[in-house]
Amino acid sequence: MTDTRYASGVKPGRLSGEDIAANFTDMHPPLGDHEAAVAADRCYFCHDAPCVTACPTAIDIPLFIRQIQGGKPGDAGRTIFDQNILGGMCARVCPTETLCEEACVRNTAEEDPVEIGRLQRYATDTVMAGNTHPYTRAAPTGKRVAVVGAGPAGLACAHRLAMHGHEVTLYDARKKPGGLNEYGIAAYKTVDDFAAREVDWLLGIGGIKLETGVKLGEAFTIRELQEDFDAVFIGVGLGGVNRPGLPGETLDNTEDAVDFIARLRQANDKAALPVGKKVVVVGGGMTAVDAAVQAKMLGAESVSMVYRRGRDAMGASLFEQDHAAKNGVSIVTNAAPVGIAGQVVTEEITFVRTETGPDGKLTTTGEEFSREADQVLLAIGQKLDIASPRIEIENGKIKVSGPGRTNLERVWAGGDCTPGEDLTVVAVAEGRDAAEDMHTMLTEG
Amino acid sequence: MADLTTDFLGIKSPNPFWLASAPPTDKEYNVRRAFEAGWGGVVWKTLGEEGPPVVNVNGPRYGAIYGADRRLLGLNNIELITDRDLYTNLEEIKRVKADYPDRAVIVSIMVPCEEESWKAILPLVEETGADGIELNFGCPHGMSERGMGSAVGQVPEYIQMVAEWCKKYYSKPVIVKLTPNITDIRKPATAAKLGGADAVSLINTINSITSVDLDLMAPQPTIDGKGSHGGYCGPAVKPIALSMVSEIARNPETHGLPISGIGGVTTWRDAAEFMALGCGNVQVCTAAMTYGFRVVQEMISGLSSWMDEKGYTSTADFIGMAVPSVTDWQHLNLNYVTKARISQDDCIKCGRCYAACEDTSHQAISMSEDRTFEVIDEECVACNLCVNVCPVEGCITMEQLPKGATDPRTGQKVGDYANWTTHPNNPGAVKAAE
Repeated sequence: MTDTRYASGVKPGRLSGEDIAANFTDMHPPLGDHEAAVAADRCYFCHDAPCVTACPTAIDIPLFIRQIQGGKPGDAGRTIFDQNILGGMCARVCPTETLCEEACVRNTAEEDPVEIGRLQRYATDTVMAGNTHPYTRAAPTGKRVAVVGAGPAGLACAHRLAMHGHEVTLYDARKKPGGLNEYGIAAYKTVDDFAAREVDWLLGIGGIKLETGVKLGEAFTIRELQEDFDAVFIGVGLGGVNRPGLPGETLDNTEDAVDFIARLRQANDKAALPVGKKVVVVGGGMTAVDAAVQAKMLGAESVSMVYRRGRDAMGASLFEQDHAAKNGVSIVTNAAPVGIAGQVVTEEITFVRTETGPDGKLTTTGEEFSREADQVLLAIGQKLDIASPRIEIENGKIKVSGPGRTNLERVWAGGDCTPGEDLTVVAVAEGRDAAEDMHTMLTEG
Repeated sequence: MADLTTDFLGIKSPNPFWLASAPPTDKEYNVRRAFEAGWGGVVWKTLGEEGPPVVNVNGPRYGAIYGADRRLLGLNNIELITDRDLYTNLEEIKRVKADYPDRAVIVSIMVPCEEESWKAILPLVEETGADGIELNFGCPHGMSERGMGSAVGQVPEYIQMVAEWCKKYYSKPVIVKLTPNITDIRKPATAAKLGGADAVSLINTINSITSVDLDLMAPQPTIDGKGSHGGYCGPAVKPIALSMVSEIARNPETHGLPISGIGGVTTWRDAAEFMALGCGNVQVCTAAMTYGFRVVQEMISGLSSWMDEKGYTSTADFIGMAVPSVTDWQHLNLNYVTKARISQDDCIKCGRCYAACEDTSHQAISMSEDRTFEVIDEECVACNLCVNVCPVEGCITMEQLPKGATDPRTGQKVGDYANWTTHPNNPGAVKAAE
């Protein structure tokens, strides 16, 4: 086999299998019992705690940490799952630094919050290791609900509905359930096939029939679902990707970052995955960071993440930016792509310098520069992809009022396809709250 | 550097930190290490009478109570007096004392409550050259079942009797170690004084069960499914010890009786507090058992630099200084009015003061939308709970209302000193002269 370690182009084998395995280990390894006890001892059990307010699912954080202190991590896990059935995944992927941990009063006290995310993982891992589902279903109501999209919103919605005794059919367009948890999150945040294990565990509630590989608008329409079911929940996420419309963006080795990430997540052998020698990621959000860091972990010699605005406008949190920098990703700001060049394959990408005016408007300075790139990953955002002429869309998202009610009768929506921050934890909250609203409607008429 | 040299009953030691009679002082090896580490003196682990030594359990001897981060706050033990041969101990004591003439070596003794027993052992102890003896009338477990230890300390007449024997058969200072497992500590202290004892030391350990094993349904430490109460010590018992020490120090019958303070001394500050309440020195055990002998270095440097800051040149300068401030509740000034003050700069907005006041006290703290916590003077009774539960030291303080100011809670002006004895609500109030 030829040595491809330093070869140009998009090639596998830049690092040894061991090095790649080491790179893709757990980003936040689980706390041991002793570590958890020490971390839990730091919680002040605040009154009306700011961390709870900051949590989109309003987990009673002081209570669950106190339950860990009391030697009952299982009870702590139950406290978490009561509010957030995907508490295990949220413990791994939540940007806690901008949510609960940012609100922790220990930041004021000593600039070091209680490790809420890792404690949550400790508690939820304890429950999930029990291999039994902790909730039981209410008596069957005879009501049937269709949930479209088996991502965080759909899963949370389906679980809550099943708990209330409704019969749920859960559809997903992909082969596997989980949505972005399965296809869209950096591999080092959810190791050991956690997303799939979590879905299996969640379905343990019973009363949820899963159908994958069926897409809304192809296999069925919303109208058909309205006719066949007592209620419908749409949690399809953002299936489409934005494209900048650059000259050369269809060249080989230029692709959407989400596809690169999904391929990584689904790969059995990461060492067999090809990656460029010089990789340029276009974008400044979490997806861009996930793509850039993983490209580096696969062995790319240089990875740049280029964002058209300034650092403060980046979608990626400060923690994520640091994470990228720590892993050797160079972050370039105020540069917008103008074109990708190459014969058949990507060879170079050109940017123009930008400035943000006092009105917040972005203008170009005319100054251009080019970067050698044998792989370009585009991460400039995802967009709604839904084939339904009847459902009301506003600003590119499904319009909802209250707990996810759409303009269509008995049709709710939640998750990334509706307004609000595109976070797993927000999607869980929306799915859960829609389920409660549906339950009220279904039982009270 | 302030001089830490202490003279306790004529026994000189380079500092007031002695190791209490306990496992750390059970043998020559440990005591030499302690002296090398800087301890001012030791009270050798309690000797029993000649003959086959006592035996200890062969399962766990200690149980513990923890604070945050598994910080050991209280320790309980069911160990007995030394289980080594009397003559081995005596020889070791003699050797150590000869090698460390500048350190205090006190020998703790516990033999049956019979004159013959004391008459037999005291000359042997005298012969070691040790500086004095401490009578163990405190151990609340095991030996007390055999009529020794706290079984003696709970009967003032016995204390006096044994103290008298000791003064009769022993020429050097006699310290009586008191048990706290008694209703009124002044009684045994008075008995010790009447018996001619030169000093008392306190407190010995408190009857305790540290925890219950909920699987075994047995107290811990558990020996083959059973547990026995032990003796409790460590930081958790310090408040009890300080109170008992202060009672002896301010009791007219025992005032001036030298006291060696024991009970949870962990840092220099603890020692200074015991000494301020009248102790001529302190004895330490749990801190050493938790952290090793090196802890004495912090005690020495801390006490010394504090004395420098205060301008004290010798420990005698501040020993007993706080005793006149210990009084009965009835003499406390009811016209001393304070209000809690929350420093917004220091507040971390945890809301514990609010929860404590709102749920369990006087609803005297308000909470705003943006989590600003403020004291409502109209409701604040100055209970201090908010100060105590606040995780940030110094964030909440108590501010005294000046004389003549109106207390918004009562609508009354702050007046001159007045206490319960003359208060109109007191049925037994002493009427002011007409």
